Amino acid sequence: MIEHNLPVLVPLILLFGALSTSLLGSWKRALAYPLALASVAAALVIAVLGLRQTISAGAIRYYLGGWAAPIGIEYVLDPLSAFMLTVVLAVAVLVFVHARTVVAAELQGRTVPFYAVALLLLTGFSGIVMAGDLFNLYVFLEISSLAGYALIAVGEKPSPVAAFRYLLVGTIGASFYLLGVGFIYIMTGSLNIADVAKILPALVREPPVLVGLIFIVVGLAIKMALFPLHGWLPDAYTYAPSSSSALIAPIGTKIGAYVLLRILFFTFEPAAVRDTLPVADIILGLSLGGILFGSIMAIAQKELKRMLAYSSVAQIGYIGLGIGLANPLGFVGAVLHVLNHAFMKGGLFLVAGNLRLQIGHSTISGFDDSLRKAMPWTMAAFALFSLSMIGIPPTAGFFSKWYLVLAGFENSNWIAIVVILASSLLNAVYFFRILEKVYLKSSKKGEGTDSNLPRKEVNTSMLAPTIVLAVGLLVLGVLNAVIVTEIIVLMIPSGL
Amino acid sequence: MVEQYTSNIPFLAVAVSLGIVPLILLSSRWPNIREGWTIAASVVKFGLVLSLLPDALANKAASIEILEISPGITLALKADPLGVFFALIASGLWVFTSFYSIGYVRGLDEHKQTRYFASFAVCLSATIGIAFSANLLTFLIFYEILTVATYPLVIHKETPVAISAGRKYLVYTLTAGVVLIAALGWTYQLKGSLDFVPGGLLDGVDVPQGTMTMLFLLFLCGVGVKAGIMPLHSWLPAAMAAPTPVSALLHAVAVVKSGVFGVMRVVGFVFGPGVMLKFGLNDILLAFAGGTILLASILALREDNLKRRLAYSTVGHLSYIVLGAALLSPGSFTGGLLHIATHATMKITLFFCAGAIYVNVHKENISELDGIGKAMPWTMAAFTIGALGLAGIPPVNGFSSKWLLAGGALEVGNTVALTILLVSGLLNAGYFFPIIYRAFFKPSAQFEKYREASPLMVMPILVTGLLSVLFGIWPNLFLRFYDLSSMIAMSVFGGFHR
Repeated sequence: MIEHNLPVLVPLILLFGALSTSLLGSWKRALAYPLALASVAAALVIAVLGLRQTISAGAIRYYLGGWAAPIGIEYVLDPLSAFMLTVVLAVAVLVFVHARTVVAAELQGRTVPFYAVALLLLTGFSGIVMAGDLFNLYVFLEISSLAGYALIAVGEKPSPVAAFRYLLVGTIGASFYLLGVGFIYIMTGSLNIADVAKILPALVREPPVLVGLIFIVVGLAIKMALFPLHGWLPDAYTYAPSSSSALIAPIGTKIGAYVLLRILFFTFEPAAVRDTLPVADIILGLSLGGILFGSIMAIAQKELKRMLAYSSVAQIGYIGLGIGLANPLGFVGAVLHVLNHAFMKGGLFLVAGNLRLQIGHSTISGFDDSLRKAMPWTMAAFALFSLSMIGIPPTAGFFSKWYLVLAGFENSNWIAIVVILASSLLNAVYFFRILEKVYLKSSKKGEGTDSNLPRKEVNTSMLAPTIVLAVGLLVLGVLNAVIVTEIIVLMIPSGL
Repeated sequence: MVEQYTSNIPFLAVAVSLGIVPLILLSSRWPNIREGWTIAASVVKFGLVLSLLPDALANKAASIEILEISPGITLALKADPLGVFFALIASGLWVFTSFYSIGYVRGLDEHKQTRYFASFAVCLSATIGIAFSANLLTFLIFYEILTVATYPLVIHKETPVAISAGRKYLVYTLTAGVVLIAALGWTYQLKGSLDFVPGGLLDGVDVPQGTMTMLFLLFLCGVGVKAGIMPLHSWLPAAMAAPTPVSALLHAVAVVKSGVFGVMRVVGFVFGPGVMLKFGLNDILLAFAGGTILLASILALREDNLKRRLAYSTVGHLSYIVLGAALLSPGSFTGGLLHIATHATMKITLFFCAGAIYVNVHKENISELDGIGKAMPWTMAAFTIGALGLAGIPPVNGFSSKWLLAGGALEVGNTVALTILLVSGLLNAGYFFPIIYRAFFKPSAQFEKYREASPLMVMPILVTGLLSVLFGIWPNLFLRFYDLSSMIAMSVFGGFHR
């Protein structure tokens, strides 16, 4: 019986976690953190159980209130959503473990609302992933977005402006999505994804459906920061508190990518967006632009978090590229990169958080080998994240690249192949630039450093998640074939 | 056909030096224990590789599939004759280099010795991994690990020169790495397999001329950077900023030979002689190899820095091996393979000598070495042997491989290649003999108060010098290099007729 209810349990646990964190937290502040961590951990356990269940027995469907679809609201846990849910919550648990010290230091007195809102964000994410209907998906999209604005706005001085910009642009994105759903609803008379998918093939050439699709794709492109609609992202990631960026950066934009996958390949048919309408090709083109633009902008940045933000623009391009190539290998590459990049970027933002806490800044020109001496483990993890971002085997990053290259050959798309490979060299430029400083630039005593700060390795609760993610990259890399053949292959939509 | 059986030995041979890295890091405060690990690992590694030799000679390959690394492709090791051949050279010379390294870094009181020895151990694991790779993806993985693990050694001195050499090194090798990924992806798309097959994986694949040429150029660029094929060579002279033992083992044996080993694999086991000839790919390879041999020898003439002259000499000699593959005759292929071994013993001797001179008298330039032969007679005697061998003078082993190469060129009637080999021999004499002349015959009193360097350095020099002569007289001595080379050539050319 419990298996049957799994889909709805995750958002419920997170939602009640958010409520009880804020209520009990305002009574006794010390309760907030353990409660929040326990909620995320419990949600993760259920997500993992759900993943196992869907792999062995197929999708689990839950009808809210017992009303059958398409009338009632449906929650679906299929391999793709279970996988996304597990990735999101696994990273979230690690970030929550890491956050205890950072949030206490950066957001003094505001820890309770931080955890409550962070749980709301995750509620939104998990709801999006499991929503079986287009309108519910929008509702959860807005929950997560509102929570995201709040988490960003509590950061450094310019962060409210960054958050406001994100709010404006994000609202436009969400509205576009809703408008698009409206058009689809007019034509199909249904909001249930499975139901719409049955009706749409006959209508795919109708202008309103086309307009709806365009609105949805543009809206989601804003949400996932697909080039050239990425403008809100760099400021938001840079000025947000460390824990917010570590939570939002690795998974936030991926959720947008997930919805895009869901719409293009599971609501519409792969053939429709690939052959009938040139949607896949447009996404492909934008992704290629994003990969190059993001990588080049990352090279130009002077601040670590900002560099990572532009790098995210490029990495979203990898995922978009896999979607745009619209073949099974591209799908595998895109989904695998969601996982790999969540680990890499999550880890890198944790490193940025460690640096900001211990040395007070993350300005690249201020890095030298005193960092390596003071924080050997953090820096070793950083080196491993960098190698994975560059795509050196056997780290996970190599294999995303490998599947995408194979997918490029499958379509004989030479431009895609060249861009993927060139991008790993550009990654090498901006990561080795930092590694060179950290390992080779000798430090001068008393230069631009704040002597009040500890300048030593971070405590275990911060170090452990960083190391887990770093080692995880090696494990994911070596075991990638297992993940692909056991899990991702099950998700490949029919007709791709 | 090579018979296969499952065995853990290839895996252990790869893993043993990786396994000691944590031990090296943990014992960084006790240098003697730390270096003990290196010595132990090098001896064990060589022993493990040696134990695979009898089976390789009997055409039986120990192999192991570690795990599936991409759907349909396994991370697999296979100790076929070519793999054992290369692994023997790399692991055997690591033993000598380990002793020499200890003398070198302690003689110069180098900083960050722990990082140095740890990186060295990773490099050797990667090299043996390259040797035993059963398919291209496994090869690529170890190839990239080697790229990254060599970087800390190139920048070891942390001077601006070393750091810029490191950047150059990364630009060249990482680019080559991504080009190789493209080549692999394409091959997989064409053939659906990445296994090394004697005689050619792509043999019989029907594709247009342009596709095959393009694919070959991608492979050539991918492995050609480490093999120092011009114009992809210029990282190598720059990388001479590394400590000399690194130049000796990695930039004369392990890294660059991984590149030419890659060329051999690509020519003999991916494309195969049939495809090479049919699509005229051998002519492309011949042009690059011939040009590199001549140009590198001429560039070597004008270098005054001893290590840089040796580096250009290495570039030239690597292309001897490439030439051996490009001529597409069993004889030249055998000669090219044998040159992997012979050049290794000779060039490592020369680099060891250069390092001993540097540690002892702190001189790097040839013009400053007048009369060094009096102070360091043993070292310079070994240097002379190496130099004579590289010029192709019997009885040093450089002669034997060159003889086979020349014979192979005649076998296919390629007089241009023959001429290039002979001219290159003269040029080799032209850039080596002045050094010997200065060392022994130009009188100078500047080194009067100097003696030989530490025995930890001189002994390896003498042994590798002696080996160069012994292998020259008996190419089959101890390790049966000649038998292995001709076996490999037979397996590649077995079904091939012009």
